[in-house]
Amino acid sequence: MNGAPTSARPDASRIAIDVKGLSKSFGGREVVHDLSMQVKRGSIYGFLGPNGSGKTTTIRMLCGLLTPDSGEGSCLGYDIRRDADKIKRKVGYMTQRFSLYQDLSVRENLEFVARLYGLSDARGAARGMIARLGLAGREDQLAGNLSGGWKQRLALGACTLPSPQLLLLDEPTAGVDPKARRDFWNEIHALAAEGLTVLVSTHYMDEAERCHEIAYIAYGNLLVHGTVDEVIANSALSTWTVTGEDFNGLMAELTAKPGVDMVAPFGTSLHVSGRDRAALEAAISPYRSNAKWHWQASEPSLEDVFIDLMGRSRDNFQ
Amino acid sequence: MSATDTIRNGEARQPAFGFWRRSYAMLVKEFIQLRRDRVSFAMIIMLPVMQLTLFGYAINTTPRNLPTAVLMQEDSDLGRSILKAMENTAYFRFTREVHTVAEFDELLLSGKVLFGVEIPRGFERAVRRGDKPALLVAADATDPVAAGSALGALGPLVQSALDHDLHIGDPPEMPFEIRTHARYNPAADSRLNIVPGLVGTILTMTMLIFTALSVTREIERGTMESLLSMPIKPVEVMFGKIIPYVIVGFIQAALIIGIGILLFGVPILGSLLLLAALTTLFITTNLSIGYTFSTIVQNQLQAMQLSMMFFLPSILLSGFMFPFAGMPVWAQYIGEGLPLTHFVRIVRAIMLKGAEMQNLQYDTIALAALMLLAMTIAVTRFRRTLD
Repeated sequence: MNGAPTSARPDASRIAIDVKGLSKSFGGREVVHDLSMQVKRGSIYGFLGPNGSGKTTTIRMLCGLLTPDSGEGSCLGYDIRRDADKIKRKVGYMTQRFSLYQDLSVRENLEFVARLYGLSDARGAARGMIARLGLAGREDQLAGNLSGGWKQRLALGACTLPSPQLLLLDEPTAGVDPKARRDFWNEIHALAAEGLTVLVSTHYMDEAERCHEIAYIAYGNLLVHGTVDEVIANSALSTWTVTGEDFNGLMAELTAKPGVDMVAPFGTSLHVSGRDRAALEAAISPYRSNAKWHWQASEPSLEDVFIDLMGRSRDNFQ
Repeated sequence: MSATDTIRNGEARQPAFGFWRRSYAMLVKEFIQLRRDRVSFAMIIMLPVMQLTLFGYAINTTPRNLPTAVLMQEDSDLGRSILKAMENTAYFRFTREVHTVAEFDELLLSGKVLFGVEIPRGFERAVRRGDKPALLVAADATDPVAAGSALGALGPLVQSALDHDLHIGDPPEMPFEIRTHARYNPAADSRLNIVPGLVGTILTMTMLIFTALSVTREIERGTMESLLSMPIKPVEVMFGKIIPYVIVGFIQAALIIGIGILLFGVPILGSLLLLAALTTLFITTNLSIGYTFSTIVQNQLQAMQLSMMFFLPSILLSGFMFPFAGMPVWAQYIGEGLPLTHFVRIVRAIMLKGAEMQNLQYDTIALAALMLLAMTIAVTRFRRTLD
């Protein structure tokens, strides 16, 4: 446990989220363990990790929906334990499951949110947001009847309506088609350019690469954080890319070799990775002479790094 | 046997057993879900046992020990003997002694007593002279059941009791006349009594259900998570959820009372404004209680069960169906904790007796207190986090 007092206050103008040693258990199972993180204002921070790794629990602790068992910190300069009410005014939280009212229309949902936050012109604000979201013509449709992509846009609209300083998005693009996903990310970058801080959890690697900074969390532990390049560079993972034909036998054989930690097909190529460079090279040397395949030393992809992290953390924490 | 034979056998069996197998699968699933919901499971056992013992002991259709006021215009041995004789019938219990007619009337009007006995001035002397004077017994006949059996027993029981005490003349003839006066509902029409009570009963049922489901519905639909992440306070959620139904309840009440007047000829002797105001208070109290339930329970099934558990005693112990004064004291205490008890008194008093605010202070304060209690519990119980 980190007992040092939080140094967030002086930095509140620069740092949006600053938490230390957050832990949370449910029914004796620790879901988040001693988690510390810092998110700069105006940045897009990607939160990655497998299902059940504690991403949602962390986000809920940040916006005051859950009380941490231990740990402390601040969100937009407000103490996450004491000032939940103030945090709620300035934070937009988009839940993983659609949580607006399915039996209200698009406009009615937005007006409800606008009134709750005490916007002076709720109708006008809702009208403006409908235009910004490109939902004009659908404003009287019931939210429950919208398609997945439109629901997600509406949910984003609802949580940006009261002009928050921080957006917490919990797997916002799960189950949304690629076009809607791209539009969504363009919108998020536009918001960040306006000075909004965005913390977004996701499973998608391409989305992780669109973030300014990322953090990887598994089994309640934050394992790595930094820019995508930093995370890859610090992974200490060596990767070879194999091109050629007939990988089926090769995959099975390589997986069983000591020194090979991971074998993953990527379209017409195969990624072979290991944590120990020398051991990996020793393992693959018999195959490199085979003319069927072409071997090339390469950088691990972000996915390679994460799958490796997941495997390692399972060894450590389970 | 080849693989295709096996498949064919399997297919052949399906039409015969498919129905039962699928029903069985469903049945097993339902049992598992029922067992997981411990609160509902406990209620399945508790509800019938509790209700049966509660009502079995509490309900009494020939009520005794009914609260009675005495107005003694003279202090005489005969007067005291008559009162003693009345008390010995076990139907009457003298709870108040008053000295003016105004006090006497107020007690009956406010429902604090069901009967009043007046022994007029010069009563004993008139009896001795053989003038057959009248002893006045006034009854609150809004509830014909409660008043009827006591009044019916009055004449013969008092006479036989007096025969032991007094020896005034030998013939078994009453030396005085008992003049009973069934106030407010002289024709003993039970509909006059039932319809105002029904206003309260119907409102209890509908109002409870409206709000009992309101919080659990937000939780089950997943909207609670985003609601809690927004800057709204528990009190604000509560008022926002209760107030629309106050209007709904008001319309319902107007409808029931309107039909009562048109179809059953029930009068409104008192002030319509007062009736409207206190009905609104009663509606709000029930909505608050329903809302409190929804902050306590975990799902909609539990909310319904809890509402039923509250609704049954409301019907049976409030004095709506059975005379309140006839219940044992412990059951009366439970009854005092139910809003319907107070509203039944209020609505009968205003509609049938023309009571005014000063006659109804106690029941009004009780309703307001129950409302505030429910709201306080609801606001404290409302979980502001998902912990």
